[in-house]
Amino acid sequence: MKVKVLCRNPDDYVRETTRDIQRVPRNYDPTLHPFEVPREYTRALNATKLERVFAKPFVASLDGHRDGISCITKHAKSLSTIISGACDGEVKVWNLPRQECLRTVQAHEGFVRGICSRFCGTSFFTVGDDKTIKQWNWEAPGYGVREEPINTILGKAVFTGIDHHQREGTFVTCGQTVDIWDEQRSSPIRSFSWGVDSFSCVRYNPVETELLASCASDRSVVLYDTRESAPLRKVLPFMTNEITLCFSLYTYDIRHLDVPVTVHMDHVSAVLDVDYSPTGREFVSASFDKTIRIFPKDKGHSREVYHTKRMQHVICVRWSADNKYVLSGSDEMNIRLWKANASEKLGLLSAREKAATHYNKKLIEKFQHHPQVRRIARHRHLPGDILKQKRELREMREARRRKEQNVRKHSKPGSVPLLTEKEKHVVAVVE
Amino acid sequence: MAAVTPEVLTSTHVEKMKKKKLPKRYWEETEKTDQSQRRPEEEQGKAGQNQNKSTVKEKSLKRKNGESLEKKDPFPGEAPIPQKQLQKFQRGKKCKVPAGARERLKEAIAISEAMSEHAQKQAARYDLLLPEDAGFLEGDEDEDTNTISQADIADAVDITSGSKYFNLHLSQFGPYRLDYSRTGRNLLVGGKKGHVACIDWQTKDLKCEMNVMETVNDVKWLHTEAMFAVAQKRWLYIYDSKGVELHCVKKFNDVLRMQFLPYHFLLATASATGFLQYLDVSIGKEVAAICTKMGRLDVMAQNPHNAVIHLGHPNGTVSLWSPNQKESLVKMLCHRGAVRSLAVDKTGTYMVTSGLDRKLKVYDIRAFKPLHSCFLPAGASCLSLSQRGLLSAATGEIVQVYQNVLGSNPVSKPYMAHRLRGQIWGLAYCPFEDVLGIGHGEGFTSMIVPGAGEPNFDALDTNPYRSHKQRQEWEVKALLEKVQPELIGLDPGQLSKVDQASFEQRHKEQIEALGFDPLAKDKFKPKTKKKGRSSAGAIEKRKRKVAHEDQRDEIRQSVQERTEREKELKEKSNEKKLGNKSTLDRFRK
Repeated sequence: MKVKVLCRNPDDYVRETTRDIQRVPRNYDPTLHPFEVPREYTRALNATKLERVFAKPFVASLDGHRDGISCITKHAKSLSTIISGACDGEVKVWNLPRQECLRTVQAHEGFVRGICSRFCGTSFFTVGDDKTIKQWNWEAPGYGVREEPINTILGKAVFTGIDHHQREGTFVTCGQTVDIWDEQRSSPIRSFSWGVDSFSCVRYNPVETELLASCASDRSVVLYDTRESAPLRKVLPFMTNEITLCFSLYTYDIRHLDVPVTVHMDHVSAVLDVDYSPTGREFVSASFDKTIRIFPKDKGHSREVYHTKRMQHVICVRWSADNKYVLSGSDEMNIRLWKANASEKLGLLSAREKAATHYNKKLIEKFQHHPQVRRIARHRHLPGDILKQKRELREMREARRRKEQNVRKHSKPGSVPLLTEKEKHVVAVVE
Repeated sequence: MAAVTPEVLTSTHVEKMKKKKLPKRYWEETEKTDQSQRRPEEEQGKAGQNQNKSTVKEKSLKRKNGESLEKKDPFPGEAPIPQKQLQKFQRGKKCKVPAGARERLKEAIAISEAMSEHAQKQAARYDLLLPEDAGFLEGDEDEDTNTISQADIADAVDITSGSKYFNLHLSQFGPYRLDYSRTGRNLLVGGKKGHVACIDWQTKDLKCEMNVMETVNDVKWLHTEAMFAVAQKRWLYIYDSKGVELHCVKKFNDVLRMQFLPYHFLLATASATGFLQYLDVSIGKEVAAICTKMGRLDVMAQNPHNAVIHLGHPNGTVSLWSPNQKESLVKMLCHRGAVRSLAVDKTGTYMVTSGLDRKLKVYDIRAFKPLHSCFLPAGASCLSLSQRGLLSAATGEIVQVYQNVLGSNPVSKPYMAHRLRGQIWGLAYCPFEDVLGIGHGEGFTSMIVPGAGEPNFDALDTNPYRSHKQRQEWEVKALLEKVQPELIGLDPGQLSKVDQASFEQRHKEQIEALGFDPLAKDKFKPKTKKKGRSSAGAIEKRKRKVAHEDQRDEIRQSVQERTEREKELKEKSNEKKLGNKSTLDRFRK
């Protein structure tokens, strides 16, 4: 007879000394691991709950300004430095890791309307209510030397915004007209206008470095190309009653400006500032309703909302260049530093911690549509008046929708067209 | 380049072998053309230029005579995986892309299918690394394996395995019930007259021993070797591994049989009064108490695949229960007399039942169909299925072990047999060992059954060699992953399926709310083409073409459905013709 009985040698399964790690033989046979789906679901539920437990996004508050903050800019090359401009003309340079102010400059009399840093990281420009553009050094002057700008340019009218080219030594300002300046000259090399009263904001396209966009006071957006002599395109928004109910953001594709790609709705008051994350997959928006919201680029609703009792109307917001932090400057003279991922653990993570975070993230993503998991993941606390305002807006929108449905029900089929949210915000494009 | 340099160095005297043509790389084409241009110009001394082209690695791997030292892979490409191994790790069928799906959905499905396949292949490849092989017993040419005695086997194998056959003579305290812990290290024996003992059966180390001075109906380990439950005459008691009484649960009275669901931390008890009760041992609460209204519940088994409790009744039916419903999930008529014993295999596909009508039947539990039945001279009072599918049936004083029971072929003769002294009261296989434990009137016997135990365990699930620290970590993780009893149902993977019913419900509600169907297809509006191709007639033609295609799709679908229905009807009528008559036929329409 031939016989073999299962006999294990404990030496193969138990560690030799206490200084060794334990031996863990594996067998991935699915019959040895029943209830895969319910156990994974339980783990996903636990992961979602823990994510909410560890969601503590507020990192620090930088205070020192003596008036509300009107603009923030990042340093072009250093992750730890930012500049902020206040409404009393003061400009402060901050060191973020130590959360202290490195330098204070009384740049303008009146508001500091815009700051931008030069691409090389050696100087920065500021524009203010005193109709001047000033260029300053990033490094503080030596001991006993007075704080002086490298260059001052006097303009004819108030400048309301400034932005610098990514590679060349040109910058653009906006005020009554959009002007393109060369750093060596004291008068603009080109001036664009489109019969509008004034422009509020101007930005260079970071990828197509010859394109510009500006916001005009008649609620339109104008596109320019610096290589041409006239503006490219103007986008005129449709004015309907519905629009006044939604304080939303619209993402447009520059190639097809007539219909927005996505409409991002969640704010309950005017949106004052927007900044993209360096990955381009999300953006953060600051609103008059004392909150900042983080939206994914393709979703219509925000994934995160940050608010504090002490934070009043948020005027400007920036996403740090390492994709980890969001800076918000608000009315009550404070700049706040927030984590972009509220439950992320900062600092160096061990390999096991990283593996566990990745696994938990993937579990939440896999079970995100299950009602219990979705309910927990979506839950965010909102301040009382924002919640009330949200409910009010929802009721108003519901009322309008019901009215439209009734009109459609009682008119000839097809005469009242069905418009998606995007189609309602169709704009006219003028060349 | 290996392909190019031999042509250059033609002055060597060694005969070059016919080189196998290497697969063409994307850069080789351009360089070959360059080479062909340069060859007529240059002479043999262009080794320098060629070396500029070839990589440093290739340069070093050449002997002086130009023969390349680089070894060529005789089995290029991936190693093949046997289909059976791949099948073992297959979870579910491939996802079919629905007809009108958007690009994003198609991409997402393609990506997830690719990842699933990759995971399946990697798991199948890991099978090669499993350290142990299963046991076996093969008789000589004229020898029947069921005539080989345990003493012979114990002599034939090594000392450690031989010591796995032993008898405990405990004739005073009545027939014994037994339970092995989940890791297989510890054994709990309970005699009917009150003797309860737990031992580490491999080292014969006695952990605790006591007499509870009452009738003991059943004993069961809880999730670790720290606690066990004893169903005594009146109430349910929970003891520590040292024998200290921890709880006396008065709500659970007259318990006859118990089953522990390890992943839900539930102790299911069947009582003499017809109640099926579930106790959550991690929080100590009774989760459900179901009045089965089917009399005395004596026969109980659990389906390890979906945590459903199977109860056998004196009228020959087997009912399936989950703690979420007051009624049974399924009721099956299995035997003509009372059901004496039940066992379900670990994959949850097969159920073996034995009844007073002296039959042993095998059912497919997923489809609820009988597979085959065989005749036993006396009905089996105890049944147990091992991890590798060996069935042991105990009748009176004899235990018989059958091989290859699960499957479509009926079994003819037993694989092994053993005769004891004393009526058999309890039967259990030791997990991960080739051992069958038998509790009988004269005590306890441990029998060697080669090929019964799963050779390779997963240390993250149950590790018989775990240390104290590992046990602690495992316990914490198991408690965190504890599955809620609401998820117990016939299909454990229901959470991963698309909830079609509630989707349709929501769709209906959406239509009502909006006043129109947002998913309805828009009417086809043909695009106006230029260069005179958009005359009214052409537009009408295009519209009609699309309408015809839609019509054709609908007809195809309805024809398909009709053929499927006809096939089903044919199958049903064939079954009727074959004459599978049963007592329930008079109720069939």
